[in-house]
Amino acid sequence: MSNSPDTADSPAPHEDVRNTTCYMCACRCGIRVHLKNGEVRFIEGNPDHPLNQGVLCAKGSSGIMKQYSPARLTKPLRRKQGAERGAGEFEAISWDEAFAILEERLAKIRATDPKKFALFTGRDQMQALTGLFARQYGTPNYAAHGGFCSVNLAAGLIYTIGGSYWEFGGPDLDRAKLFVMLGTAEDHHSNPMKIALAKFKRNGGRFISVNPVRTGYSAIADEWIPIKPGTDGALLLALIHEIIKQGLYDRDFLVKYSNSAELVNQDFKSPECGMFVRFEVPPEEGCFDPQNKLWWDREMDRPVSTMTPGVDPYLMGEFKLPDGTKVKTAFQLLKERVAEYTPEWAAGITGIPTETIVRLAHEMGVTARDQKIELPIAWTDVWENEHQSVTGNPVAFHAMRGLAAHSNGFHTIRALGILMSLLGTIDRPGGFRHKAPFPRPIPPCPKTPKGPEGVRPDMPLDGMPLGWPADPDDLFVDDEGKPVRIDKAFSWEYPLSVHGLMHNVITNAWRGDPYKIDTLMIFMANMAWNSTMNAVEVRKMLNDKEEDGSYKIPFIVVADAFQSEMTAFADLVLPDTTYLERHDVMSMLDRPISEFDGPVDSVRIPVLPPTGECKPFQEVLIELGTRLKLPAFVDKDGKRKYRDYPDFVVNFETAPNSGMGFLAGWRGKGGEKSMKGEPNPNQWQMYEQNNCVFQYHLPKSYQYMRNWNQGYLQWAQAHGMTRHAEPINIHIYSEVLQKFRLAAQGKSQGRRPPEHLKKRVETYFDPLPFYYEPLEASLTDKHKYPLNAITQRPMAMYHSWDSQNAWLRQIHTYNYLYLNSKTAAAQGIADDDWLWVESQWGKVRCMARLSEAVEPGTVWTWNAIGKASGAWNLAPEANESRQGFLLNHVISEELPPNPAGEHVSNSDPVTGQAAWYDVRVRIYKAGADEPHETSPQFAALKPYPGQGKRKSFWNFFAGRRP
Amino acid sequence: MTQLALVIDLNVCVGCHACVTSCKQWNTSGQAGPLFDDHPYDKDPTGTFFNRVQTYEIGEFPNTETLHFPKSCLHCEEPPCVPVCPTGASYKRKEDGIVLVDYDKCIGCKYCSWACPYGAREFDEKQKVMKKCTLCVDRIYDQSIPEDRRKPACVISCPTSARLFGDVHDPESEVSIAIREGGGYQLMPEWGSKPANHYLPRRKTKMRIHEDELVRADNPLKKEDIRKEKSTDVTLDDWLM
Amino acid sequence: MHPAFSVIFLTTLIGVGQGLFLALFSSQTYSIVNVLPAQPGGYYALGGLIALGFLAAGLVASFFHLGHPERAWRSASQWRTSWLSREVIALPLVMGLLFLYAVVNWLELDADLFGWRLHGQVPLIVGALGAAATLGLFLCTGMIYGAVKFLQTWATPLTVLNYFLLGSASGFVFAAAYAAFKAPNVVEFYAAWAMVLIVAAFAGRAAALLRNARIKQVANLQTAIGIRHSKVQQRAMGFMGGSYNTREYRHGKGLAFLKSVKWIFLALVFPIPFLLLWLGLALGSSTAYVAAFAVQYVGLLFERWFFFAQADHPQNLYYQVVG
Repeated sequence: MSNSPDTADSPAPHEDVRNTTCYMCACRCGIRVHLKNGEVRFIEGNPDHPLNQGVLCAKGSSGIMKQYSPARLTKPLRRKQGAERGAGEFEAISWDEAFAILEERLAKIRATDPKKFALFTGRDQMQALTGLFARQYGTPNYAAHGGFCSVNLAAGLIYTIGGSYWEFGGPDLDRAKLFVMLGTAEDHHSNPMKIALAKFKRNGGRFISVNPVRTGYSAIADEWIPIKPGTDGALLLALIHEIIKQGLYDRDFLVKYSNSAELVNQDFKSPECGMFVRFEVPPEEGCFDPQNKLWWDREMDRPVSTMTPGVDPYLMGEFKLPDGTKVKTAFQLLKERVAEYTPEWAAGITGIPTETIVRLAHEMGVTARDQKIELPIAWTDVWENEHQSVTGNPVAFHAMRGLAAHSNGFHTIRALGILMSLLGTIDRPGGFRHKAPFPRPIPPCPKTPKGPEGVRPDMPLDGMPLGWPADPDDLFVDDEGKPVRIDKAFSWEYPLSVHGLMHNVITNAWRGDPYKIDTLMIFMANMAWNSTMNAVEVRKMLNDKEEDGSYKIPFIVVADAFQSEMTAFADLVLPDTTYLERHDVMSMLDRPISEFDGPVDSVRIPVLPPTGECKPFQEVLIELGTRLKLPAFVDKDGKRKYRDYPDFVVNFETAPNSGMGFLAGWRGKGGEKSMKGEPNPNQWQMYEQNNCVFQYHLPKSYQYMRNWNQGYLQWAQAHGMTRHAEPINIHIYSEVLQKFRLAAQGKSQGRRPPEHLKKRVETYFDPLPFYYEPLEASLTDKHKYPLNAITQRPMAMYHSWDSQNAWLRQIHTYNYLYLNSKTAAAQGIADDDWLWVESQWGKVRCMARLSEAVEPGTVWTWNAIGKASGAWNLAPEANESRQGFLLNHVISEELPPNPAGEHVSNSDPVTGQAAWYDVRVRIYKAGADEPHETSPQFAALKPYPGQGKRKSFWNFFAGRRP
Repeated sequence: MTQLALVIDLNVCVGCHACVTSCKQWNTSGQAGPLFDDHPYDKDPTGTFFNRVQTYEIGEFPNTETLHFPKSCLHCEEPPCVPVCPTGASYKRKEDGIVLVDYDKCIGCKYCSWACPYGAREFDEKQKVMKKCTLCVDRIYDQSIPEDRRKPACVISCPTSARLFGDVHDPESEVSIAIREGGGYQLMPEWGSKPANHYLPRRKTKMRIHEDELVRADNPLKKEDIRKEKSTDVTLDDWLM
Repeated sequence: MHPAFSVIFLTTLIGVGQGLFLALFSSQTYSIVNVLPAQPGGYYALGGLIALGFLAAGLVASFFHLGHPERAWRSASQWRTSWLSREVIALPLVMGLLFLYAVVNWLELDADLFGWRLHGQVPLIVGALGAAATLGLFLCTGMIYGAVKFLQTWATPLTVLNYFLLGSASGFVFAAAYAAFKAPNVVEFYAAWAMVLIVAAFAGRAAALLRNARIKQVANLQTAIGIRHSKVQQRAMGFMGGSYNTREYRHGKGLAFLKSVKWIFLALVFPIPFLLLWLGLALGSSTAYVAAFAVQYVGLLFERWFFFAQADHPQNLYYQVVG
């Protein structure tokens, strides 16, 4: 038989094709997996999937090499007696033993002090379940990786517009004419973004990218505006300044749909100072904005209640209420705030020329104003006004970690939300569009317990582990104002840390501040390497012992599919499956994959049996929950309620007979209902028959202006997506922040911050965005450390995951430090030279690559390519651990302790977002006698029991062994 | 006569490497496969790939363009690699212009790769034969694949649809129109190899704002500054009749 | 290009073989017209067999270059278009004729084919055919490289000329050494011609070097990717651990190494053997002739390495920077 490819008539070898969902990154594209004799032959994008429409990225297309990777863990492992943590010396045990160990330990903790069990997860797409497990267990110490990922983006925008980018919403590039992308190289929504971006460009849209580095998406921008890291807030505030100055804002939109025209108490003596003036106080406030505030009527020149029909209020101005109280409109306060933020001022901070900033503002404003979109879609707002059309201003934005991962990110992103609102682009065509379940109230309803009493032995947590504080009374602190959570989330240090602070868990637990814990369970997060700041020290903490020889963190459990640097530090390793071997749900209760036009959720259905003794982590949790008799997992008699995870997904309801569960599609006995309905025993099959995805198309009249769209809000309420069908007005001026400030000023009743945090809370809880230098920079000698060091995400690698992938690692085998050729020349550094990058926290040796596509004050590298020797079952000599380097070594998880010895996280003081990109460094050439390899180095890990052999070559051909 | 080819739109390519690995996974288990990978988990991993995405920088900071540039066999109309092959293993198909290698005839002398100015050929160090992009000839005619998916793997995977596929000899085809209207060009035309694959250049959308556009009768600021205290000074209004 | 030792040995060895045969055949032709003293048939037969040996060794070396030597027979099929295919035909043809040449000389076959009343017409005919085939083989070998038009360092008639001159020179030097043992009365003939050929080869090779030093590359990064801008730089070639593209088309050595190889071969191939031949002529020392050949052959290995290494393949434009 000919081996020539020129035999077109022979049948293609794809006997078996199954639908499931990708998990090579967080994008969650629909895939079709072609199997040949039980081996994966081809993975293609599912053309019938709304998210990726048939396309698939480099990672998704390399799923085969993940499935057959030698880094896979296949057996439960226990650290060998006497072996140090981090050495990776394990013995294989059975699942029975593993469960017995866990059951005994966790039951004991739960019966005494449940918070001594901490569960933190990485890029987990099952937070609905992991969160439920933690809550049922009764521990407050649960979070996913959001705190060190992009919580600023979530919080900054949700506290402003009731929605955010990423899974929560996005730019409507189908209709936008101008698209401005800030601080984004590549992100979670990568394939949809790429699809949209290409379409946008082909349709002649103008694409501007603001980024210190020109890679990825920025490469195809019509204009690249290099900016100094951490200064985006200055740019955005200057844009707001210029747009207000030129009158380029959408007045009508701001008046009707934001709190811009609402009157703010300016009586500095009043405890209500800085609060909106209210004409009545509702008896019981829900988590929504009651419509009880005031405008100043332009016609009658007097205060009126907001949204009084026929009234056109002043947007700006200072007035006196009949009782003599001085008031200003929120917009007036904004105008005054940005008065000093001139383009000239921003130019000096951002490095962007004044003219460019002014032009950018004009481009945005003129496009928004003059290229209005009008769609013939009639809709009704919550005030019962009927609109004959939906209009939009076609300026769209997108932002990601470049804005978020700074200690000033929250206010930067608030400024972005305000800029978007000024341009009138919120949930309108051509602007920003929400995705279900967003918009949500500002802030959303879920709350944590309010104090230590919420944590009770043998009882579920009295509240959610993560919530959305609306005022200081929603903080999770004790009577002294001290944190209840191990990561100090929802404490006065980081009051709005809505995704937790996973990046401080290990340090806090090691130090015993605020307390010691017993068991730390980590699911798929590489907290001993790229997911932690200060990796060198954190690795020591994980292995550190008390004087009596016991570990400072007594027991560490790591569940992961792969041998990462973190697994080496575990006492117990639980082998997870790959995405091709498991059931999963991309649930409406977590972060679904909704589209602009309605809710979408999806599932994974295994296409292969588990490898070895791998067990999906969900099954582990269901089993543990059952053994521990957590109420959600057992019946009244304490008997097992769910056979397994698929059974759980079908039958679990958020409350008895709520009709809401993990999946929104094909509910009801026969699958006839969606969103809400009784459990359907055939739900999985129906997903399977429908490309593993459920898409609900809202009626057109419900698809826009959802913050104020009566039809939509009532639909959302009826379908359990929101508690209140109340308008979600944009918070140009944030009363939530002001409440914290008043508490810090001692003006308000209720909780007040501890003395040493008063100043901090008062400063950073400003109801209007302001620019401040990132905290680390303000504590750094900038002459000594003149450069910013940041990372970018390569499109062909997902964090540390893919160095084990034989195909992807050929694309990114190691990483260079990219630096502007002039910056390099000043240090006498040439291409390929070895150099040191040093911050005040540490230093790392790496190789230089000169570039013209990076701002001269910035050096950067690809994220997480460098690996510890032997990790991910790579050969100890692999390039990743010799030439590749990890920038985390120069980033600290804490700022220097204050004179009182108190530690504070290297994070945003509002949200606790890890300030990865704040780090300041200097660079210098490595000595001629220094070895040509990265430093620091770590002892090489050896393969664990049960791991596949590292092949010396691959000649992969699915379905046969050539 | 048909000449199948790719048209690569550099205007939208973000350099994601989807074409690189989708090609690899299709072809390693296809008729061109297996595609060898050497020391996949060790130092300097290397393997047979038919498609690569490269990155270039144009200009000097701050006037820099970053260009992502995918490259695979260009299926030349006058392929210099074909006549030099001593065995006839390298050939250009008459029916669709695809340049292929018959692995059963290839002696692995590598001469064809020397004769390709584009570096499009990859010697498979395990099979010891020359390999190259086949335009997924084992996909594009496969009747068992839905018609709209009968395209090379790189084309169906490309998230920005930066890869168009079709007959460049058919003036009405999508690819011909794209070349015609989008300024499609060939690589190193100076060698006369007439690559069938074309590239579409970057296109810039610019915006020009006239000064008038900033001065508007309906400027919303005008709604805010009418609020003045009434003047009590004597004015001409008090005198003129 | 990456110099492959199989090809270096192939081209140098068959060059010696071809040159040796041309030397034998020319001396035999001279002797037939009585310009040179005649030698016994065995002399030519043995010489022919030695030349054949060189060609066979080259052939063996060439097999090391092939991924599938067992299919080598297929490579004769494309003689219409491929110089490599033509070489594949020419090489065994030359070898066959050489064998025949050795046989007719060994058997001292003779016949007055043309009625010239001269001895040695049969070896003359066979030899003439062999010489023609040898020249053809030189042409094929040279054109394999000379015909790749975008390898501009090779795409010149000088490539064919130099293959011919260098091969002939090395063959004549060998012939001088051979004759020093077997036919001392014709040594001077070989040595003198070898010296002439060395001078000619030097001129040819120097001309090629001078040409290559000032060659203007037709292709550049701008035409390679179609971006007309004065400053274009590669930032990443798309992979980091190397590939066929980074292994096959580059010598992988520094510029200094390349330069030193050039000076080494320029010394070893031309002046030193020339002086040794002169020494041989002056002193009648057979050792000098042997040394001349040995030195020159080693030099030719350097020369051939340099020949490949110096050729800058335009595909390298696409593979400059790992990133």
